[in-house]
Amino acid sequence: MDPILNPFSSGTRLRDMIRAIRACKTAAEERAAIRKECAAIRTSINENDPDYRHRNLAKLMFIHMLGYPTHFGQMECLKCIASPGFPEKRIGYLGLMLLLDERQEVLMLVTNSLKQDLNHMNQYIVGLALCALGNICSAEMARDLAPEVERLLQFRDPNIRKKAALCSIRIIKKVPDLAENFVKPATALLKEKHHGVLITAVQLCADLCKVSREALEHIRKKCTEGLVRTLKDLANSSYSPEYDVSGITDPFLHIRLLKLLRLLGEGDADASDSMNDILAQVGTKTESNKVAANAILYECVQTIMSIEGNGGLRVLAIGILGKFLSNRDNNIRYVALNMLMKAVTADPQAVLRYRATILECVKDADASIRKRALELVYVLVNESNVKPLTTELVSYLETCDQDFKGDLTAKICSIVSKFSPEKIWYIDQMIKVLLEAGSFVKDEVWRALIVVISNASELHGYAVRALYKAFQKSNEQEAFTRVAIWCIGEYGDLLINNVGMLDLEDRITVTESDAVDLIEITIQCHALDFTTKAMALVALLKLSSRFPSCSERIREIIVKYKGNFVLELQQRSIEFNSIIARHQNIRSMLVERMPVLDEATFIGRQAGSLPDAGSISAGSSVSLPNGVAKPADSLVDLLDLNSNDAPTPSSSGGDFLQDLLGVDLSPAAQSGANQTSKSGTDALLDLLSVGSVSGPVESPSAQSNSSAMDILSASKSEKASVSPLDDLSSLSLSSRTTSITGAAPMMDLLDGFASTPPKSENNGTVYPSITAFESSSLQLTFNFSKQPGNSQTTNIQATFINLSSDEYTDFIFQAAVPKFLQLQLDPASGSTLPANGNGSITQNFRVTNSQNGKKSLVMRIRITYKINGKEKLEEGQISNFPRDL
Amino acid sequence: MIRFILLQNRQGKTRLAKYYVPLEDSEKHKVEYEVHRLVVNRDPKYTNFVEFRTHKVIYRRYAGLFFSLCVDITDNELAYLECIHLFVEILDHFFSNVCELDLVFNFHKVYLILDEFILAGELQETSKKAIIERMGELEKLE
Repeated sequence: MDPILNPFSSGTRLRDMIRAIRACKTAAEERAAIRKECAAIRTSINENDPDYRHRNLAKLMFIHMLGYPTHFGQMECLKCIASPGFPEKRIGYLGLMLLLDERQEVLMLVTNSLKQDLNHMNQYIVGLALCALGNICSAEMARDLAPEVERLLQFRDPNIRKKAALCSIRIIKKVPDLAENFVKPATALLKEKHHGVLITAVQLCADLCKVSREALEHIRKKCTEGLVRTLKDLANSSYSPEYDVSGITDPFLHIRLLKLLRLLGEGDADASDSMNDILAQVGTKTESNKVAANAILYECVQTIMSIEGNGGLRVLAIGILGKFLSNRDNNIRYVALNMLMKAVTADPQAVLRYRATILECVKDADASIRKRALELVYVLVNESNVKPLTTELVSYLETCDQDFKGDLTAKICSIVSKFSPEKIWYIDQMIKVLLEAGSFVKDEVWRALIVVISNASELHGYAVRALYKAFQKSNEQEAFTRVAIWCIGEYGDLLINNVGMLDLEDRITVTESDAVDLIEITIQCHALDFTTKAMALVALLKLSSRFPSCSERIREIIVKYKGNFVLELQQRSIEFNSIIARHQNIRSMLVERMPVLDEATFIGRQAGSLPDAGSISAGSSVSLPNGVAKPADSLVDLLDLNSNDAPTPSSSGGDFLQDLLGVDLSPAAQSGANQTSKSGTDALLDLLSVGSVSGPVESPSAQSNSSAMDILSASKSEKASVSPLDDLSSLSLSSRTTSITGAAPMMDLLDGFASTPPKSENNGTVYPSITAFESSSLQLTFNFSKQPGNSQTTNIQATFINLSSDEYTDFIFQAAVPKFLQLQLDPASGSTLPANGNGSITQNFRVTNSQNGKKSLVMRIRITYKINGKEKLEEGQISNFPRDL
Repeated sequence: MIRFILLQNRQGKTRLAKYYVPLEDSEKHKVEYEVHRLVVNRDPKYTNFVEFRTHKVIYRRYAGLFFSLCVDITDNELAYLECIHLFVEILDHFFSNVCELDLVFNFHKVYLILDEFILAGELQETSKKAIIERMGELEKLE
């Protein structure tokens, strides 16, 4: 043959080019060489010299493989394909497959050449065309050329039949509608003896089953028997050198057959039944010390697990996996884990027997095995084994490498939150995880921990002490730091006084200044981000009230941040400083303990089911004429999110509302004009004006009250709903206090406003006073009155009398109510309670009962005070409220 | 189904790349780079399987060459491992004691052998002898 025509014989320039490129010492040199070569090829292409065409193409393929652009050669492929000779066509099709793919429009041009070549006299050329079609066929080509391929399935030469079969797979994947045309010829091929044809036919049938239900039914009915026989013959066949792989005849065909049987047996008891024997034979007779044999066993197990149940076979399969699991070859262990994952659903108990081995695999050096094993452990966990499994995983967290920590942490967190049998265990485990791998923990996780702690009132003390102890040892993990400082701020008093000690705890002695020290050190740490620092500031503020003796020191710490570059910290610093320095009397109420965070709401919020602000305000304004039920509800919800039940009278909020009410009292015409404007405040004004215009006769105060609540709910819902739980971390205390402070004076104003209209039905009722709480040293009485026209809200005046002979100082009364109630405390008349009943402290508060008439009031109280500087604490529950409040 | 086959040396030079799913050129380069990164530093004792995006790479190292197959997550890993070995045996037979340079200078032949072995991402022929004979017939036509 002419050496110029053959691009691949030695002495031609393809070889030289490769040599030249290989000789390049640097990447730059290589680029230059290739640029030169490409330029030469372009010139040659432009000259349209057919003699060099396929040599150019071969060079381009090499250049393409090195990663350089070769688009300009695409048309040359088509020209080569269109030329008559086999060598040109061969290089042309090769180029087509390498340089083009199904998405290029150029490909359209090749359809016609393909069609001609599929019908070519020369079977080698037919083979080339089939090969190209199989590798790059697009949906359109599939439609155009399917009849040719279908016909070629019956071609006399087996080499063409097998290529046509694989081509058909590509075609039916691209155009599933064509599947029905291929079912008959495909099943006919299953009777072949030629391994090449048989393996492609089996594969084609498997793919037909996947794309078409009818094909599956047909093949199941007609071919299951035959396939079982074929597999039997193959398994029993004597040595055949041509197909032998380490003592097994054609393991690839074995595997294909088992796979097809799996598809046929799935969901069909009869078909499954007919393959039981051969599966048992393959499962028991295959010697498993070579990869090929194990591959067959693995496939066999997969089939046994997927087809309709047969107890005996399943036992055999699990047994094989057990053997795999103890194999020293990592590959075999890997597939065993992979398979056990599927077996879990069928037989979790059997898989659990290998628990210890699986746990060992979690610690394997190989990431692939670790990942499989971890996923397996994850599905194996249940209520009864969660403790030992988690202990193992958590202890492994300490030693595992960084890459794996993320996965492992996520799985542990998920397991712990899903199966934790008790809260104390949950808290323990989460603290460990946060300590070990806090940086891998998602924000929701540490927030969830706070929610859980907050919900477990009996564990507050335990949690804060555990966190404190751990925090002393390590403060490297930011997520842990956040939880710890939140809890120390919140439950600092429990920490110092060892309140609520559990039997299993060791006593620790923490002084007030120890706790403050810890937070001070934390806040000075430069590595922490500002959210954490902001949380630390809030914690300090809370501690300033919990530990009055440290108040001045805390103020000094806080004041340092008044010049901080981060605006948020600066603002907090200045606000908190002024609270500590100038608002002693309200501070304790401002920094009340957070009410219990609602777990259900938290989970709901995680799921993204936030009520949006717009819908709430729209909903409540719609329901306005019908009564107060709905807005009140949403208000309660919002306040619940808002997590602060200590109002502070603040002039600015009051003024704002006064303004609102001022408009409220103005003529209807003016408020009508307001209705056209669109800003949020004006919309609120509308609500108010609607209330006042429509309701002077019936019960105006109830209506305007509810509309005022709308204001609260509407204006606050935006804040509250956007980042309700973020509040934990980034709460801006100021916005919270102002929005709530707004409520108290507003109510007062409404009171004043409502006293003029005709009295409503509630007005005359008088409720008896009760002794809410009495101990040897203290008596507390409640007097009740209703807000006229508002049956839900009760004003309560609490009177405290000291029965002992010592004066009480720093007297603080705290109260908490369940969710259906809403509580607003006014400041107490004083903080010193004279001895022997020689005087009293009074404190007013209001309770709004959203379930008025259905549920009566109930309240938990806590009273702290000092006798000669010693702290005393009294707690109790009040449930003897008069009914109907 | 096989998504792609890569033959790379230890330095990450691609010696053969066959894609059975359409990918942009830039995407192909990324894939080749990532797969090389994944397999090159793995301990020989480790499994020959690595998860790669939503698929799995089955690889095997022969001297300085890595043969990597990207397959579906549900495919039989061991079978593909054996399949790589069969391919190497065919190459070895064809080039009689194959080395990297054979593959570099005869890359087009390697592609042709591959086309007789795998088509449309599925195994086409499992007999070494049949493929070698077929190659002989095709060589005669050149």
